[in-house]
Amino acid sequence: MGGGFHMTLFLVRRMAGFAATLFVAALVIFLLLDLLPGDPARFILGINATPEAVAALRTQMGLDAPAHERFLAWVGGMLVGDFGLSTTQRLPVAELIAERMAVTLPLSLIAMVVSVVVGLPIGILAAMRRGKATDTALMVLAQTGVAIPNFWFGMLLTLVFAVTLRWLPTGGFIPWDEDAGAAMRGMTLPGLALALPQASILARVMRTALVDVTEQDFIRTARAKGMTKSEAIWRHGVRNALLPVLTILGLQFAFLIAGTIIVENVFYLPGLGRLIFTAISERDLVLVRGATIVLVVVTTATMLVVDLAYAFVDPRLKGRDA
Amino acid sequence: MTARNTLALTVAGLLLMAGPALAQPTEIRIGVALEPPTLDPTAGAAEAIDVVVYQNVFEGLVRIDQTGAVQPGLAKSWTISEDGLTYRFALNEGVTFHDGTAFDAEDVKFSFDRLLAEDSVNAQKALYAPISAVTVIDPMTVEFTLSRPDGLFLFNLGRGDAVIVAPESAANNGAEPIGTGPFAFIQWDRGSRVVLEQYGPYWGEAPALTRASFVFISDTATLTNALLAGDVDGTNNFAAEALAVFENNPQFKVLVGSTEGETILSTNNRKEPFTDLKVRQAMAHALDRQEIIEGATYGYGVPIGTHFAPHHPYYLDLTDTYPHDVEAAKTLLAEAGYTDGFSATLKLPPVAYARLSGQIIASQFAEVGIELELINMEWAQWLEDVFANKDFDLTIISHVEPFDIGIYANPDYYFGYDNAQVQALNETLNATTDEADRLALAQEIQTIIARDAVNGYLFELAQTGVWNAKLDGMWQNAPVEGVVLRDIYWVE
Amino acid sequence: MNWQQLGRHPSLAIGLMAATLFALLGLVSLWWTPFPIEQISIARRFLGPATEHWLGTDHLGRDMFSLVMRGTLTSFVVAGLGVIIGIGVGVPLGLAAVAWGGMVEWLVLRLSDITFAFPAVIVAILIAALFGPGEINAVIAIGIFNIPVFARVARGGALAIATQDYVAAARLAGLGNAAIAARHLLPNIMSLLIVQGTIQLSLGILAEAGLSYIGLGTQPPATSLGLMLRDAQSLFLIHPWLSVVPGLTIVLIVIALNISGDGLRDAIDPRLRHEGLNHGAG
Repeated sequence: MGGGFHMTLFLVRRMAGFAATLFVAALVIFLLLDLLPGDPARFILGINATPEAVAALRTQMGLDAPAHERFLAWVGGMLVGDFGLSTTQRLPVAELIAERMAVTLPLSLIAMVVSVVVGLPIGILAAMRRGKATDTALMVLAQTGVAIPNFWFGMLLTLVFAVTLRWLPTGGFIPWDEDAGAAMRGMTLPGLALALPQASILARVMRTALVDVTEQDFIRTARAKGMTKSEAIWRHGVRNALLPVLTILGLQFAFLIAGTIIVENVFYLPGLGRLIFTAISERDLVLVRGATIVLVVVTTATMLVVDLAYAFVDPRLKGRDA
Repeated sequence: MTARNTLALTVAGLLLMAGPALAQPTEIRIGVALEPPTLDPTAGAAEAIDVVVYQNVFEGLVRIDQTGAVQPGLAKSWTISEDGLTYRFALNEGVTFHDGTAFDAEDVKFSFDRLLAEDSVNAQKALYAPISAVTVIDPMTVEFTLSRPDGLFLFNLGRGDAVIVAPESAANNGAEPIGTGPFAFIQWDRGSRVVLEQYGPYWGEAPALTRASFVFISDTATLTNALLAGDVDGTNNFAAEALAVFENNPQFKVLVGSTEGETILSTNNRKEPFTDLKVRQAMAHALDRQEIIEGATYGYGVPIGTHFAPHHPYYLDLTDTYPHDVEAAKTLLAEAGYTDGFSATLKLPPVAYARLSGQIIASQFAEVGIELELINMEWAQWLEDVFANKDFDLTIISHVEPFDIGIYANPDYYFGYDNAQVQALNETLNATTDEADRLALAQEIQTIIARDAVNGYLFELAQTGVWNAKLDGMWQNAPVEGVVLRDIYWVE
Repeated sequence: MNWQQLGRHPSLAIGLMAATLFALLGLVSLWWTPFPIEQISIARRFLGPATEHWLGTDHLGRDMFSLVMRGTLTSFVVAGLGVIIGIGVGVPLGLAAVAWGGMVEWLVLRLSDITFAFPAVIVAILIAALFGPGEINAVIAIGIFNIPVFARVARGGALAIATQDYVAAARLAGLGNAAIAARHLLPNIMSLLIVQGTIQLSLGILAEAGLSYIGLGTQPPATSLGLMLRDAQSLFLIHPWLSVVPGLTIVLIVIALNISGDGLRDAIDPRLRHEGLNHGAG
């Protein structure tokens, strides 16, 4: 019996888990939303509408069917890529989500890239200068970076770079196909605001991982062969520290996709987070559940990828579920 | 390429770029707090819909000007029968919808049949209930028959809810509005902005602006920064708390005007202890209106003592009916049997004026022994709890309908005021056409509801616009909801 | 750990001291604040720092120092209850996974996956729509977010211990799964939990601030540091002081907690450094 069988078994179990997670999540979302107080039709028509008009709109929105029928129709539709029609905007939910993904995905990627480009070198530098003033200074910086509420930091960035220096816009989003340069400029400040805490966390994780690695035997061996500490860290340490860093990156990506709502608000960006927020207040339940399930899929899939990556790198983990 | 060539090209490029900027700008970017859920003003109550499309994309038979007066719109003139039951409108010729289809009397009939139909989803359908028939006389003449005289009929025709739509495009207006207005819809980047462009074949006088975008910015601090950085050119209603940033800045002008929003401490008149007149009077005495206006609107709200707009000719100043008097309030409470006061809930919708006023009122009521529990709610839930189910003690809300004193004659309305005298007076008022009589009737109702302390009368909301100092032609007042672009232009 | 050890970790000492100081400041507000926090006086708003009002007054004329005291308490309580929920639900799940293994472990992991798959902000939005916004909403949302974190930490820590000889011996002696989890696994992961708890506490305080900013956290007339910061946000250019005070308080508390967490990890067991991961979410 070879490792191949173990690997296949592991994959099958993980995929089954993935599917089960999604199904249960869909059920939870549907039930929760069905419990929400507040009539979507009344919300749209406001305080002077006649009861007949409200009733007419409810019928138009398809709110009259029984719950289990609506649930099956929803899940069945999603399997063939049909997320239904938004009740307030009367447009395909899939289309609305795709529009928002064009903002949220690049924004998350920018924040990831910036946090890697800034965070990892700081972590490496701090590890090389461990215990020295540089290390302390960098770690104080990293502690502060995690501790600043991001809507506050976002506003400070705007005041400096948009209001005072006028280098970048205060926010807003120009569609990519209209002016990619302008779209990019609009994403710069929110990207930085999102990246700050992530970069700080990465720097700390990188430093800790490197410090651990340098205490292990093969680094000592390398140093005994005449390498300097810095050389040893570069040649051997960084590569070995990448595993914990990759895990954090996976977590961060999952978080960024959903967690940008506050920064989207500060920079008036039409992202997925704000879509869900407005859709709930407008009781556009079809849109809310579609967008939420997409987030759940992205988060779960990211975690799956991280787990699989782990299993390939470190086959010992396959025995138990991760 | 040599360095010198590069330099020359760069300079040329800079000159080219500078070129258009020197000419008169004809574009405007307006920051607004709320994004409309749809762009069809005949299928939703959201003010945000009218802000973008009213009189810009869509027009009605008549239009309301910034003083609140009725002006000709798609109808160039009209005649009213002696009994006030028949209105005959002569329509403008050469009017086209933005998709090129022609406008005529059939479109008018279609629009109103749709509005009044059984399955209509118009938010203000009740306002048009007096219409019994719409008849096409000829392609350029249309006649409305009413079942009873209605003093506000023409004004209501000028509202966003009664704009004229075309049968070819009406179903799609929510996503892609097609009207007859001076601006045509170009695109809606959801969550971000709506872009309009001047409609070349417009039947009336062409506006000065060629392009306008409405940018949706809900956060006040963000909107402040966007205005300061020049990313938007103005906003029609800016949060009063941060107006100080622009007040002494020569690059901006602050326009303070009136709205139709009577902000009141709505009281559930069906429910103990508010059924007791003495309790309501005590609450009226406990309110310090000046402090509420200062704290919640930074002094921009106009005090009201009854449910009527202070800038209206019928308005009667009744702010002194129950002056702020803590001792009087305590005495009245004791007389009503509440020596130790009582507790009640105050449900607050998600608007700054309500949330701030609520905190201040809770503090003021605490002084006379009334303990308020503040419950903050979203709109959807507020509408269901307070408005539909009437499950509330107190709430704070701005009633933005013009001339809406009739709600006091409807005992089924959410605050549940049931007074036969007011109901009779209101019926007479609706059927009266003589101005002097109408004024007397309206003032009598105002006085009765003020004395009855039906609700706590707080202030009339102000409209506080912030605009680039080089812009002119914006509406200062808001007699109806909307940001009307037709008169706006850049001065230089 | 004793005072000597604390002396060898000066940053831990500073962090713990600062965090305790803030927590005490908040606790005191239960019995005493310089001014009552509900008392509104528009005539006295926007007073700068002075002898009577040490940190000035806010937009409703309330004493800023009193608000900071009470706000700190709210922030600590919300984040603290979130941690308690996380530990209360997550740790038993994690331990059960190790003690029983097999199907139980699979279920626990999937449950933790599902919980983790719901972003905290979305959970908060849903709960607010169901029950209305408020501190309790924030506590539940943060608590739910903490559950899978603690479940994973507990499971990770317990896995290492479960292979030890004395656990096998206990099993041979006839001890049941529950007893093993309670007597042998739990005591040995306590330090791990304390470290992770400190980190989650600091994340919780930031999360409360974020939820308050989008209107889903603490509601007036109650106050929290996040709500103070949100109320002051639009006044920043006119009265910057009003946001500097709660903003700096948040930053200092979070730094103090993080330093304490890192320090505790080093002090209690250097080998734990790479176990509990500082999840990048808030």
